[in-house]
Amino acid sequence: MAAGTDSRPVPATAGGVRDAARGSGHRTGRRKRDGGGGAGGERGTFAASPLAALWRRHWYAWAMVAPVVLVIGVIVGYPLVRGVYLSLTDADEANVERTIGVNHLPATYHFTGLDNYAAILGDGVFWERLGWTVVWTTGCVGVTFVLGLTLAVMLNRQVRGRSFYRIGMIVPWGIPAFVSVFAWKMLFNEKNGLLNKVLDGGGIDAVPWLGDPVWAKVAVIAVNVWLGVPFMIVAMLGALQGIPGELYEAAEMDGAGPWQRFRNITLPGVRTVSSTVVLLSTIWTFNMFPVIYLLTRGGPEDSTEILVTYAFRLSFINSPRDFATSAAWGVLILVLLSLFTVVYRRALRRQGEVW
Amino acid sequence: MTVAATRTAAEGTGVDRTAAGRTADRGARVPRGRGQRGPLAALGLHTGLLAATAVALFPPLWLLVTSFKPKSESFSTALVRDVTLANYTHVIADTYFLTWLGNSLLVVLGTTVIGVFIAATTGYALSRFRFPGMRPLVWVLLITQMFPMAVLIVPLYNTMASLGLLNQPAGLVITYLTVAVPFCAWMMKGFFDTVPVDIDESGRVDGLSPFGTFWRLVLPLARPGLAVTGFYTFVTAWAEVAYATAFMTGEENLTLAGGLQTFVNRYGADWGSMTAAAVVVAVPAAVVFGFAQRHLVAGLTAGATKS
Repeated sequence: MAAGTDSRPVPATAGGVRDAARGSGHRTGRRKRDGGGGAGGERGTFAASPLAALWRRHWYAWAMVAPVVLVIGVIVGYPLVRGVYLSLTDADEANVERTIGVNHLPATYHFTGLDNYAAILGDGVFWERLGWTVVWTTGCVGVTFVLGLTLAVMLNRQVRGRSFYRIGMIVPWGIPAFVSVFAWKMLFNEKNGLLNKVLDGGGIDAVPWLGDPVWAKVAVIAVNVWLGVPFMIVAMLGALQGIPGELYEAAEMDGAGPWQRFRNITLPGVRTVSSTVVLLSTIWTFNMFPVIYLLTRGGPEDSTEILVTYAFRLSFINSPRDFATSAAWGVLILVLLSLFTVVYRRALRRQGEVW
Repeated sequence: MTVAATRTAAEGTGVDRTAAGRTADRGARVPRGRGQRGPLAALGLHTGLLAATAVALFPPLWLLVTSFKPKSESFSTALVRDVTLANYTHVIADTYFLTWLGNSLLVVLGTTVIGVFIAATTGYALSRFRFPGMRPLVWVLLITQMFPMAVLIVPLYNTMASLGLLNQPAGLVITYLTVAVPFCAWMMKGFFDTVPVDIDESGRVDGLSPFGTFWRLVLPLARPGLAVTGFYTFVTAWAEVAYATAFMTGEENLTLAGGLQTFVNRYGADWGSMTAAAVVVAVPAAVVFGFAQRHLVAGLTAGATKS
């Protein structure tokens, strides 16, 4: 990977390299035109117009990205705009455009401005769900990161049976999340689940894993950590292997203890990768739907409902389905995530991080 | 040294090569060195690793064990006493499981093929050319990946409803493409980055057009990358729950993610069937994943750190 990256102009490099790359593309473009038998005079007029010059230089790049731009515009851009619009209306199950059998019913909902947002932000439910979502996200990402880094450091040593441990620990990543969640649901079963039977054998009363608000929160976080640690291990292992061994040797020569070596070599060494991985897993966890939906359905009494599952419930489980409010929740979630990403990146940049 | 050697063998493919080689060096040069530790430390290390591995492996293994138990003993703590395939035969013969499997395969294969196909040229263009509009496009690809499904699910649902695409595999394929296309383009940019630019240049010198260079020289070299991107798209779509639950209703229309929920719902739980179905779903995914995972993190993090 390194070889490819080095020989390729990156945005930060000086204009010279960049122009060289661009120049080669340019040359090809012109040769093609010439081969196409364009008259000399025509070329002259083209060159006069900067727009045409731009087109001639970049048309193949644009042609190559066109399919994706088109597809994203149609299936992401349009729904996004529509979603924002829906969040400003009173659309629900009864008044949206729909087809029942052969009858086509037109939409009859109305524009209501920011009413939905005012209602959501003025109501305690949103803030309560937001509070739990923040706890859930930081809890999951924090525990996953610490566990992942610890296990990766352990795996990075020369230890017998290393590949066995590595493969074993990655297994949860390879199994579809919904399958694993069902496995955990079985283990958590209050009356007959294995966990409670084991506790019972030790003389401890059965724990209502999914029936008690606090335990249910612990349970969903535990399952999500279980699902997330493998990715963290693999990412961290990659980062650890990029740290030159000489650094550790030098530090040892200078009398640095294990903890000092960890603090001053390992942690800075994995910084770049961890900042990316933490950002990714924060976003994934914030949006994590299957764990909560399948394990607790948001219960008991909504206690484990995060923003995303609640928005889903508003439009697909509650009756009547409230599309407008759900869309407004969706927009708010997107705004929150974007804010987080911007703040996070700015914080990194202030600390001298390149990306 | 032997450990280092096996490690080099095991991880010899891809990006880890230099790091593993370096470790081998270190092992050879410092015979007394840091790799050694006291018996207590070794014990602690192995205990920790063993415990973590056990926790990681136990739930899926227990699922596997339970699937071979008779229904009445689903929750017994004992290992299997009478091995039975009753759960499997029941799931395959008496439920819609095979229909769900077919629906899932159709949707997921459609998503993967279309996603990879559409995204390939874009990944290449982003990797090789600087063109006006490139930075915004990179941003759009990145941001779209972090879109919560909550923001798209309602408008998509309404659009599908008005087009009559609910309960149709095609509707779900279109929906999954919202996730798959940006992801595939992004991953493939990372893989094309690993193909040396010299190859493109030699192609141009030989008079190939940019499209010809891409199609005849670069694409064949990036084939492993295409495979990994495809696999990962496959696995992600295979495991998707929210859209599948919302868009597909009626038992014969469900995909696996929705179908499995019908075994264990608020009206009753058929854990025997659920475990058997889960095993059938998980095994292919795990195998596919096993082949692809090594390249996965490299693709994800390399792309992200370089943007």
